[in-house]
Amino acid sequence: MFTETLTRRARRSPLLELLTGPHGVDRYTELVDRTWTSGEARAKVVAVRRQTPRSVTLVLEPNQAFTGFLAGQHINLTVEINGRRRTRCYSPASAENATHIELTIGRHDGGLVSTYLCDNARPGMVLGLDSVGGDFTLPTERPTRILFVSGGSGITPVMSMVRTMRDEGSDREIAFIHYARSPEEACYADELAAMPGVRVLHGYTREGAGDLTGHFDADHLAAAMPEPEAVYVCGPPALVDAVRAHCPDARFESFVTPTFSAPVEATGGRVSFTDSGVEATDDGQPLLVQAENAGLTPESGCRMGICHSCTRRKTSGTVRNLITGTVSTAEEEDVQICVSAPVGDVEIAL
Amino acid sequence: MTTPTITAQKTLEKTVAGKTVTLTPEQAEAFGRELDALKERVVADLGERDVDYIRRIIKAQRGLEVAGRAMLFGGIFPPFWLAGTAMLGIAKILDNMEIGHNIMHGQYDWTGDPALASKKFEWDTACPADQWRHSHNYMHHTYTNIVGMDRDVGYGILRMSKDQRWSPYFLGNPVYAFLLMVLFQYGVALHELETERIRSGEITVAEKRDVLNAIWRKTKKQTLKDYVAFPLLAGPFAPWVFAGNMTANLMRNVWSYMIIFCGHFPEDVQEFSIEETKAETRGGWYFRQILGSANLTGGKLFHILSGNLSFQIEHHLFPDVPAHRHAEIAPEVQEICQRYGIPYNKGSLPKQFGTVVRKIVRLALP
Repeated sequence: MFTETLTRRARRSPLLELLTGPHGVDRYTELVDRTWTSGEARAKVVAVRRQTPRSVTLVLEPNQAFTGFLAGQHINLTVEINGRRRTRCYSPASAENATHIELTIGRHDGGLVSTYLCDNARPGMVLGLDSVGGDFTLPTERPTRILFVSGGSGITPVMSMVRTMRDEGSDREIAFIHYARSPEEACYADELAAMPGVRVLHGYTREGAGDLTGHFDADHLAAAMPEPEAVYVCGPPALVDAVRAHCPDARFESFVTPTFSAPVEATGGRVSFTDSGVEATDDGQPLLVQAENAGLTPESGCRMGICHSCTRRKTSGTVRNLITGTVSTAEEEDVQICVSAPVGDVEIAL
Repeated sequence: MTTPTITAQKTLEKTVAGKTVTLTPEQAEAFGRELDALKERVVADLGERDVDYIRRIIKAQRGLEVAGRAMLFGGIFPPFWLAGTAMLGIAKILDNMEIGHNIMHGQYDWTGDPALASKKFEWDTACPADQWRHSHNYMHHTYTNIVGMDRDVGYGILRMSKDQRWSPYFLGNPVYAFLLMVLFQYGVALHELETERIRSGEITVAEKRDVLNAIWRKTKKQTLKDYVAFPLLAGPFAPWVFAGNMTANLMRNVWSYMIIFCGHFPEDVQEFSIEETKAETRGGWYFRQILGSANLTGGKLFHILSGNLSFQIEHHLFPDVPAHRHAEIAPEVQEICQRYGIPYNKGSLPKQFGTVVRKIVRLALP
């Protein structure tokens, strides 16, 4: 595209950098179109589908700063909610070389980002993409007999693998077991049913009769594919454990539904200063003081919450603002460490 | 470095325009709590409205800058030159005041947007953002108007308080002040160099080498951009672009100088001694910020162009609250001050700046 070539060239030109300094080319081009950035990977939502009552499927058109992903990997997705950027990790369901990225996001009750996207996602929305990662991926030499197992929203990375192999025109034998709470919550059922050469079995754990009854066991394995060459499983820990009990070599990725409430009392948790690899046990003091007591010398200024010299990124955990008493559980958040005390385990990029 | 502690109890007292203002420790604490509560209420309400506001200002600033520079290419026609210069000058004012100064205070850090992050922002002026964050956000905002600690009291060049010891050097006070106004961006850039400490032999230039290098790197880029690259791009019209850029920088220099000098130097604004502010409570800190600052009155556009530094009092109470909110909370701050009998200094730009000029001239003499 013309704009892509233009922005790519602009970024490399020292003259343009001088002329657009100190802000840089992106800070001008993004005002024309928010996805016209060469330094930050962003994507525009081009379609929104609601396949099931408790999920939303987004089709994203990434800009040229996005460098792609491998089937099974996850991406940090950033969405702005009431002026604040929130970042969550999702695995695309689209094939790895597809033009568009497809994300299916399950609604977590009480979850800020998933509920927001389920309720408000619309075409034209611009989202941030970042930090592609994960080693739940297919080997370069694709296996010949392969079994995929997924539970709930764990279907997305596995779907990406199946679609990637389909696009490669693979003549391999594929079986796919998917567990959902009920038939209406089973994503991608129609597409899977129409996929030639893929044996698809559905199991429903709460209501409705599927191809399989109950949770994963030897019978389910036998019904899908006896003695598969490779097994990939993604879902809740119980499902992963059950599959690995029968197929110890299975590649897996498990996740737990996040919890959204802060502990009521300070727990004397573990404070990790991740950049310097130093840990401390929370003694209730501001993070700045605890860092200094641990022998670190972070930049700081007023030490009373005024000057923002000490602002650092909290990558996970909960902190309490000592001035306002506000307790914040947000991940990937900048906090003033001079007036923030940990509530339980906290990780700070420091 | 001493830091304010939040424990000691003492009566706050200051004489303003012949009237003594007193707060007992209990009053000071209640006063501090009221202002804390006010801030908490605003912070809890921050959201889309604030982000939309600053992005609109940024869009206007970038638009004015691009359009202004484009018009200056046709600057051989006087209307184009005048319009282009004015647009570029306003763009630079917006960049430095409402956008740069406020973003670097961390007013938009809560958004998580890297383009609005205090630590990453760099502005269109000679002063490197990192140095500004130290000398301004930390030193000036923490030790506001404490003579001997706040280097913004005279910037190490001027005599702006009678508590600064007079020397014959200060006979040139009005001349230095005028030069500082015209060359304000370079004055600000050199601030962190602490030339007065170098002059007195307290520190050496060698100790400030890193600071000097950073200033040089930033100033070089700014100079190349405005006085070499853009004029050369204009080919035969280079002189008009050069002159336009210089005038735009001058506009920004004079304007920001006037606004900033009206923040702490008008008549009846108080200075403090190190002794007075020892073991200061939060209420005491707020007390000092209010008595040490002065507001400017004017219309909405005036406030935007001043970077809302026209609400200097509110800015000094809550420097990390988005500045466009200061106008909204000013009546409430004023009401609180009234109840505690604390004077709230405000006036129009001509009136306030007039008293500043008088002070500059008067303090040239012992």
